[in-house]
Amino acid sequence: MKILVAVKQVPDTATQVKISADPRAIDTTGITWIVSPYDEFAVEEALRIKEKRGQGEVVAVSLGPERVKEALRSCLAMGCDRAIHLNDPAWNDADTLVTSKALAAVVKQEAPQLLLCGRQAIDDDMGAVAAQLAELLGWPCASWIMEEAIDGDGKTVRTARQVEGGLEVFDLPLPAVLTAQKGLNEPRYPTLRGIMGAKKKEIRDVKAADLGWAPEPPQLSVVTLEALPPRPPGRILQGDVPTAVKELVRSLREEAKAI
Amino acid sequence: MANAFWCIVEDDRRGAPKKVMAEVIGEAARVSSGQAEAVWLTDTATEAGLTQLAEWGATKVWLLENAALAPYRGEIWVGAAAELAAKERPKAIFAPVTSRAREFVARLAARLGVGLAADCVAFAMEGDRLVATRPVYAGKLLAKVTWAKTPWVATLRPNVFRPAEARPGRTATVERPTAATAAAQMRFVERREEVSTGLPELTEAEIVLSGGRGMKGPEHYVILEDMARVIGAAVGASRAAVDAGWRPHRFQIGQTGRTISPKLYMGFGVSGAIQHLAGMRTSKVIVAVNKDAEAPIFKIADYGIVADLFEVVPELTKEFKKLLEK
Ligand SMILES: Cc1cc2nc3c(=O)[nH]c(=O)nc-3n(C[C@H](O)[C@H](O)[C@H](O)COP(=O)(O)OP(=O)(O)OC[C@H]3O[C@@H](n4cnc5c(N)ncnc54)[C@H](O)[C@@H]3O)c2cc1C
Ligand SMILES: Nc1ncnc2c1ncn2[C@@H]1O[C@H](COP(=O)(O)O)[C@@H](O)[C@H]1O
Repeated sequence: MKILVAVKQVPDTATQVKISADPRAIDTTGITWIVSPYDEFAVEEALRIKEKRGQGEVVAVSLGPERVKEALRSCLAMGCDRAIHLNDPAWNDADTLVTSKALAAVVKQEAPQLLLCGRQAIDDDMGAVAAQLAELLGWPCASWIMEEAIDGDGKTVRTARQVEGGLEVFDLPLPAVLTAQKGLNEPRYPTLRGIMGAKKKEIRDVKAADLGWAPEPPQLSVVTLEALPPRPPGRILQGDVPTAVKELVRSLREEAKAI
Repeated sequence: MANAFWCIVEDDRRGAPKKVMAEVIGEAARVSSGQAEAVWLTDTATEAGLTQLAEWGATKVWLLENAALAPYRGEIWVGAAAELAAKERPKAIFAPVTSRAREFVARLAARLGVGLAADCVAFAMEGDRLVATRPVYAGKLLAKVTWAKTPWVATLRPNVFRPAEARPGRTATVERPTAATAAAQMRFVERREEVSTGLPELTEAEIVLSGGRGMKGPEHYVILEDMARVIGAAVGASRAAVDAGWRPHRFQIGQTGRTISPKLYMGFGVSGAIQHLAGMRTSKVIVAVNKDAEAPIFKIADYGIVADLFEVVPELTKEFKKLLEK
């Protein structure tokens, strides 16, 4: 079974982000980049499916600038067999729809049985690309899955997706799109052997022209980025516990009107 | 209508819209000066539900009622909604951030070939374009975004927008277009209900109590649940508590958990790591109880108590009880 995993490279949440001279973008100097955490759950799940079935191929796909190779390299180190890098300035301003269209073109070429994505990318937090890929491909989609099981023939996948108040279980015919979230699995760390092996694995560069890509304007664009408005300074309530608690309850009722 | 702001209805699966719809309709009506319309895809709508939407300010309800529409499947909903949108040409399509609406409107936007702004916290008309504000980079920055063309598709973060007041007597025309439902690829197997805690849903609650590693073990969450019952709160947790197996994943607050924006958030034994803040920093009032005065959560807290939570929680529950019995 061939499985594609779409991974996005994002700034590590621990690093500071600053707005650049162009107020629509962040200043990328000094940023540590990581594979978006939800995408690691997706990679892990793909590897587990392959291992369980004893055969198959896991291909990591990412759209982004040259630095994205590093993220793909860490997916290869985790155990992905090869990687595809959509690497072209034509996609510099990509919104989720443009990203989805470009990824969909590659998915069509590769024709996997399963496409795994993260629940959302932790930079833009859109949570849109997977569903949009499903729409463009005409595939069924289950988002926020907590478990999955593919039948022996590799024809359908049974998934439980998280909804308010419970889990909804569906059978999806393959090919299908699934989005991974925390709780699905525990991603592995690359082993030293994995890291060494990754250097020999293929990362194929795909240019817009390779996909017969016609220029496509983004449908959503950033007007400006802004810093958060500062929160009003807080207050540490003094005194022993009963005193501080009484003051807290009074403040919540009278000042904050929160209770 | 070409100027309509559609509001995709989130319901309780029993024929009533959820209260978050008051926020969506309220905001849609505000931005569009009273052009909010509800679009309800369901297998069962009740008269009371339809009245409720009207009282919140929907001038029209598009009711797509069909057994095939429940439970939600994106592939079916999209066809039905896209057909109606092609005919009615709404100016915007709003939905609350819920597990299904988030997926649904993303798919719908792709079908319509338009932009999507997810998890918005503010909207403003600038001339004749809509500008949405949404948190990005773990909530460290705000992005103002705009669309290349209509319909402007967006999801709204719950508890952020002012809910419309229900005005009894307000009515809406109910249109019942026949919904084309595509043959389903996805086959529904079953729904597994969560064991109910009897407390509100984390993402919907107006008050959230969050217990971190400072809770010291799963057995201590009862003290937060006791307080939660007194004040009608939900109980969440930090990732450290979830990863320790103290609480199920669905209770995790933060970047790799749920995003919440309650009127009141109270953290107990939570240090306030950036990834935790990402999921709760738009809360209106933040309270932190931590025995370490240097804990980063105090930097964003409106009120803090530096003390042992095991002393504070019972005392606080007692005081809340006293207050609310008055
Ligand atoms: C990719 C990634 C994603 C992540 N996503 C999330 C996420 O979604 N949500 C999340 O929460 N975290 C997330 N984290 C983890 C995050 O970085 C922190 O490790 C985590 O939030 C810490 O949880 P905590 O505050 O409960 O524990 P700690 O940081 O250990 O803090 C415990 C606090 O309790 C206090 N305390 C101890 N005993 C008491 C007592 N008796 N009374 C009062 N106070 C006491 C201590 O002073 C301390 O401040 C993520 C991390 C990564 C790398
Ligand atoms: N540039 C990208 N390259 C590859 N996959 C992506 C990209 N952007 C988003 N994705 C995938 O789509 C998911 C949702 O992303 P988003 O809609 O941006 O929140 C991510 O978790 C990835 O699996």
